[in-house]
Amino acid sequence: MAKTVAMVGTDAVAEAMRQINPDVVPAYPITPQTAVVEKYAQMVADGIVDSEMINAESEHSAMSAAIGAAAGGARVMTATSSQGLALMWEMLYIASGMRLPVVMANVNRSLSAPINIHCDHSDSMGARDSGWIQLFSENAQETYDNVLQAIRIAEHPDVLTPVMVLLDGFIISHSIDRFDLIDDDVAKAFVGQYTPRNSLLDAANPSCWGAFDGLGGYFFEFKRAQAEGMLKAPAVIREVGKEYAEISGRRYDYFASYRMEDAEFVIVAAGSAAGTIRTAVDIFREKGLRVGLLKLRMFRPFPQQELVEALSHAKAVAVFDRSDTFAGDLGGPIFVETRSAFYEAEKRPQLMNFIYGLGGRDLPMSLVNQAIEMFKDAGSAEQKKRIVYLGLRD
Amino acid sequence: MAIKLKELVRQKELLTGGHRLCAGCGASVAVRQVLHALPENVHAVTCSPTGCLEVSTTIYPYNAWRISFIHSAFENAAATISGVETAYRALKKKGKISEDFRFIVFGGDGGTYDIGFQAFSGLLERGHRAVYVCYNNEAYMNTGIQRSGATQFGAWTTTSPHGDSSAGKGQNRKDLTAIAAAHNIPYVAQAAVHNWRDTITKARKAFQADGPAVLNILAPCHRGWRYPMEQTIEMSKLATQSCIWPLYEVENGTWRLTAKIKEKTPLRDYMKPQGRFAHLFKPGNEGVLDLLQEFVDEQWERLQQQCAE
Ligand SMILES: Cc1ncc(C[n+]2csc(CCOP(=O)(O)OP(=O)(O)O)c2C)c(N)n1
Ligand code: SF4
Repeated sequence: MAKTVAMVGTDAVAEAMRQINPDVVPAYPITPQTAVVEKYAQMVADGIVDSEMINAESEHSAMSAAIGAAAGGARVMTATSSQGLALMWEMLYIASGMRLPVVMANVNRSLSAPINIHCDHSDSMGARDSGWIQLFSENAQETYDNVLQAIRIAEHPDVLTPVMVLLDGFIISHSIDRFDLIDDDVAKAFVGQYTPRNSLLDAANPSCWGAFDGLGGYFFEFKRAQAEGMLKAPAVIREVGKEYAEISGRRYDYFASYRMEDAEFVIVAAGSAAGTIRTAVDIFREKGLRVGLLKLRMFRPFPQQELVEALSHAKAVAVFDRSDTFAGDLGGPIFVETRSAFYEAEKRPQLMNFIYGLGGRDLPMSLVNQAIEMFKDAGSAEQKKRIVYLGLRD
Repeated sequence: MAIKLKELVRQKELLTGGHRLCAGCGASVAVRQVLHALPENVHAVTCSPTGCLEVSTTIYPYNAWRISFIHSAFENAAATISGVETAYRALKKKGKISEDFRFIVFGGDGGTYDIGFQAFSGLLERGHRAVYVCYNNEAYMNTGIQRSGATQFGAWTTTSPHGDSSAGKGQNRKDLTAIAAAHNIPYVAQAAVHNWRDTITKARKAFQADGPAVLNILAPCHRGWRYPMEQTIEMSKLATQSCIWPLYEVENGTWRLTAKIKEKTPLRDYMKPQGRFAHLFKPGNEGVLDLLQEFVDEQWERLQQQCAE
């Protein structure tokens, strides 16, 4: 039977990894991800798993080793945060370009400067165009569930694309949360065995990886093929989500809707903020305001059409972003993409952007309430001010 | 086991002809010598950082390697091969692979001495069983002859040019071979392409080492060094004779010279034929040559002492 546990979010990652028991885990510590590496190292030391760990000398090398190991036909997982993800940046493109199904948890943390160890989404947003699938989690349960599903998604022959599972630093990573584990044998059967299509270690068929595409070569075609993997990913993500529901009872799709059926005012948000927002939705509903929440799970690929459809009945939509694009007054990344998705739609709701929580700034109920009060008056002067930095000190 | 040329020529070349390195390039000579030392019935995965060798041997959809090859980026060949070697151990342990494999990096000096230095050190410290070969042409050749940490004092490169207020590179090279040895790994050696017997002997030891091994092989580049392309082997020989590039090995901590120098020749004889040093023979720059000679003499003295202990 499924077991209920109380653990911090980093342990949720480690527990999923334990059940997957990947062949190779290269890693490098950084707060708030470190606890994942430590926990897993202990599991290796205790013989609970038989993964080979590589204690790399940097995140750049950790991702490089992940690439080497995956090209060698191994199932590979790692985890990072913030500056570590930034240091991997060059290699993220190489992992996806080589179509290596690496799975990595990224514990979201802000990027320097100033140095700040707390949560925001600027690290993973910086990597949004690196060709990785990105799945957000709201809590430890979703983190655990996403990691298990990520393996299946990444390794699917139609996809062959690395997956990043995102969890909010400290808010999820270091808070004790109650969640359900699937039985080990069920989890193992779900993720299955991995058989790579090609490998450096196929003695009978030597292969060449990362070749030079210099002289009027095929680079463009390679990138188009990579884009194809991303185009096919949503169907696979949905399919894997359905299969996962059968063994866990928990449903996963591109996003999760809360009180959306008749919602006039919708908040779009990703990550742990969804919990607070859900409560605010209930409160405003009691006051008679038709508010709803669309919690974004799949940010890459971006579920354009489905999002537009789900939001088409809304009068006004507030997009909550935990990072900025610094593009002048264009807004945060989720806002930019949501707005772009509506370009061809016949019905376009009023869109407003709330940038919140940078560097771990708290998102209390009062701020969510404030935001709802602001955007419920669609078309008012306040509403015309499209981008609001929520909870900024004067 | 004696190395017989007659037998070597019968061995299958694992780096095929038709690659696009310049005619007379020292790098391909180094690679072929090392691969001739690969034990029989052993498979191999090789990895190169970005550089001349990599771009010239893997022009898609062609490639010149008969063994598996991976290039991922410029600074991380050591980390990439660490991953491959670890995958091998993991999969072998699980019974998914039964064959015997060796792991080799062929990295330029830029990808080893400079940008790849951290990953290089990481590989050695972690003890992966891999042979790291630096084909050392003493500059970044692929991007058009820029200075590296291996470039000699006084040498011209495009980023250490000579002019009214500069006489070429203003710093001595770093001693990568000694730095590698300081990691206390089983086998480290310095070799040069003219002495194939010495290189192959060293490569055999490197492949046998139960842990990381490093071969720093001088591989002259006529484009960057500015000498006629048919003189690569001659340049390599002059480098060892002048002791700017002595041949030695450090086997389990024991230092040993592997080629006797009967008579150390003046550095000038080595430098004169190379365009990269031409400015040092012009009036006003004589002092630079003397400084380099001094540096080489000192290093040679120290090495002889280390090898005598
Ligand atoms: C991060 C990064 N910086 C710079 C480069 C450009 N680059 C490619 S190869 C190279 C120099 C290679 O020099 P070396 O390692 O000495 O090899 P060689 O070309 O001499 O064989 C440089 C600077 C790169 N590919 N990646
Ligand atoms: S430029 Fe130099 S190192 Fe590069 S291929 Fe030509 S000879 Fe070899």
